[in-house]
Amino acid sequence: MQRITELFVNGSRLRVDAASDRSLLSVLRDDLDLTGSKYGCGEGQCGACTVLIDGVATRSCVTSVGAAAGKKLTTIEALEQNGRLHPLQAAFLEADALQCGYCTPGMIMSGVALLSKNPNPNEQEIIRSMEGNVCRCGTYPRIVTAIRKAAQAMKGGGK
Amino acid sequence: MSKRAIDDSIEVERYELFAEPEYDFNFDVARRDFFKLLGGGLVMVFVLPAFAQESGQQGGRRAQGEATPKEVGGWLHIDEAGLVTVYTGKVEFGQNIRTSLSQAVAEELRVPISSIRMTMGDTDLTPYDMGTFGSMTTPRMAPQLRKAAIAAREALIELAAEHWKTDRASLTVADGKVISSRAKQSLEFGKLTKGQKLLKVISDAAAPAPASEWKIAGTSVAKVDGRSFVTGKHRYTSDIKREAMLFGKIVRPSSFNATLVSADTKEAEATAGVRVVRDGNFIGVTAPDARTAARAASMVKTEWKAEPQPSAKELFDYLRKQSTPPRQNAEQGSIAEGLARADKKLELTYTVAYIAHAPLEPRAAVAEWNAGKLTVWTGTQRPFGVRSELADAFHIPEERVRVIVPDTGAGYGGKHTGDASIEAARLAQAAGKPVKLVWTREEEFTWAYFRPAGVIDISSGVQNDGTITAWEFHNYNSGSSGIQHRYDIPNNRIVFHQTKSPLRQGSYRGLAATANHFAREVHLDELAHLVKMNPLEFRLKNLKDERLKAVLVAAAKAFGWDKAKTADRGFGISGGFEKGSYVATCVEIAVDRSSGKVKIVRAVTAFECGAIVNPDQLKNQVEGSVVMALGGAMFEAIDFDNGRISNGRFSRYRVPRFSDVPIIETVLVDRKDLPSAGAGETPIVGLAPAVGNAIFDATGIRLRSLPMTPNG
Repeated sequence: MQRITELFVNGSRLRVDAASDRSLLSVLRDDLDLTGSKYGCGEGQCGACTVLIDGVATRSCVTSVGAAAGKKLTTIEALEQNGRLHPLQAAFLEADALQCGYCTPGMIMSGVALLSKNPNPNEQEIIRSMEGNVCRCGTYPRIVTAIRKAAQAMKGGGK
Repeated sequence: MSKRAIDDSIEVERYELFAEPEYDFNFDVARRDFFKLLGGGLVMVFVLPAFAQESGQQGGRRAQGEATPKEVGGWLHIDEAGLVTVYTGKVEFGQNIRTSLSQAVAEELRVPISSIRMTMGDTDLTPYDMGTFGSMTTPRMAPQLRKAAIAAREALIELAAEHWKTDRASLTVADGKVISSRAKQSLEFGKLTKGQKLLKVISDAAAPAPASEWKIAGTSVAKVDGRSFVTGKHRYTSDIKREAMLFGKIVRPSSFNATLVSADTKEAEATAGVRVVRDGNFIGVTAPDARTAARAASMVKTEWKAEPQPSAKELFDYLRKQSTPPRQNAEQGSIAEGLARADKKLELTYTVAYIAHAPLEPRAAVAEWNAGKLTVWTGTQRPFGVRSELADAFHIPEERVRVIVPDTGAGYGGKHTGDASIEAARLAQAAGKPVKLVWTREEEFTWAYFRPAGVIDISSGVQNDGTITAWEFHNYNSGSSGIQHRYDIPNNRIVFHQTKSPLRQGSYRGLAATANHFAREVHLDELAHLVKMNPLEFRLKNLKDERLKAVLVAAAKAFGWDKAKTADRGFGISGGFEKGSYVATCVEIAVDRSSGKVKIVRAVTAFECGAIVNPDQLKNQVEGSVVMALGGAMFEAIDFDNGRISNGRFSRYRVPRFSDVPIIETVLVDRKDLPSAGAGETPIVGLAPAVGNAIFDATGIRLRSLPMTPNG
């Protein structure tokens, strides 16, 4: 089995030593201690493990680390910079768009990917785009609100 | 094995609390005592006046190895920097009590929210607590912590009076300081103890501030540690790492109630770093990483033996047939007489399926043994209950078990038991190293417990003017929460029948109140139609309870109950009461005639739980309840066959998603004159019957089984 020895995560080249067929999620969590991405189902059905691969929202639990090698990976840990929250993180707090918070990192990563493709999504576009992310606490309407607030905040050259 | 004594106040459907432990290990671990340390400053301990109030388990197993006195309701510590640490055995599962309890303490201590830290659910550091369930935190724990805070405030005033040699009446408290109007000086709380450690024990304190005077409670304080969740920094159990930690995996039986006949472990044991642990029916592995553990577990060849078991298609017959004669079968008034006075009679049956909690964080535990003392990190709603389970399973005193509950990825009543903790601890004991065990989604769907399925028979009589004259209600298996109605009916027989459940079952958000409200509120709608009355008017005619009337009227008004609806739309209403709070729900549904699909378009909930502690977080709970209720109402059902779950994954078990969510409107009825009740559960009960009634309104089709549209 081929081994993966380096990943490009959150702007840094990180040493790893993982069989290439291991899930990206397990390498991020267990080897790199980037535990913000969560295990929820292991079959790409709940979105708790969502990370960005070259900017595209991807279910890391069903992505092999081999498929992620050499690509630009972004996890929830990279969004806060110099103590400043990403506008979508701030909007989640403002809209109280979380209860237990377990789905939140995946929701935010999916939302960030959506906003980078479509900076001003309408409600239907948000719902369609976020359909693969599950929140068992049922904060869906607040997450829609948070994404719309973030879109507003990011207008005019925000990040 | 020990039988745990149960508090009478626990509803009968909390079956999981009666259950025998899953495993019975036989080990002897050397005794070792431990001590707790607290730093300098003021420590205020609140002792419960009626000591049994919050401690459910009298005598029996709690008597031995008692690590925390159960008469203590809570304690708090104000350190020399003025930081307030509050200790409570309650746990945070997303219901946001870390924030609401902080508000209660901040209110009475008159400090900003930011100077409060909550230490929760750690059996070594926090007072004994029966568990975080039954919506008891707000009505019971919050007042206890308020009293501890009041006593601390009074003690600080006393210290300041001594310091300034002045009388207490000239002193006030604000913003973490005692202020002397006479001396025109102020002293911060932390400075008042002058480096000493003052420990005070109180059993009562002045009355808490009435809700009409609240300044911090009653406002929408943001989630106190929200930032750690949106940044991914918060460490849930499954995120914890320990030095030299191994990963565990359990080899699961082929079906429920199976006995292990044989196990061939050679291939697994030949794998580098793998250890196989077998102890009775327990068989599991440890390995240096999760994948090796999973692979090794799959290499273990096992043979299990089990008797044939009932399947989902025969469930409701089975529940009825297996029922035992009820303990109470009393009649109030006379059903026969009530029916004789009725102009019309109805006799109908309603059913609810088993459903899964499916918290997004599956059960997980990290277990570590140090010199005979066991420490387990796990997401459980009953840290002290799980400590007892662990002490039982390993035959050690409770004082040698510490359970720590990190804020958890939800539970909804589903995480009362210590299954994963016991498994991880057994593996860690064998390995001599810390072990992390995270259940897969399939394990969570299979080896946890379910919301009970149930059959409900209702027989009733009504007069042509809408007066209900007789009400006979039999619930088989799902439970007795919310079984008593609030309507003004003279003749009643309301009976809960215990029966054998084919699946392991237990608490679920709202318990059986969901099933009982579904059957009752749909049946009322059927009666209303029978006598050609508006379902809202019909309810109001049969109600004297002003609080229930108030929420029904409030929901109907906000919804526009009397407004005309367009074609293929239906309106439905329901009302209910449970755990001290009142709910009414109105929904509008749309039916697609060609596909038969039903979409909930709008749901308006009026909710009243006494004085509101945090309006926005309360709204969040009501909205979340509506969304969660939607799953059980429309499509969630556990399918099972001969001791196996057939749909135990998210690709086969549909849960509510973004596109399922209707427009949700919440009307909060604030009753500052009434004590605050818990609010995380009751709003869930109103949706299903309102939807069922709306479907009838639109189509004339009456659905009497949950879920109502399993294929929709």
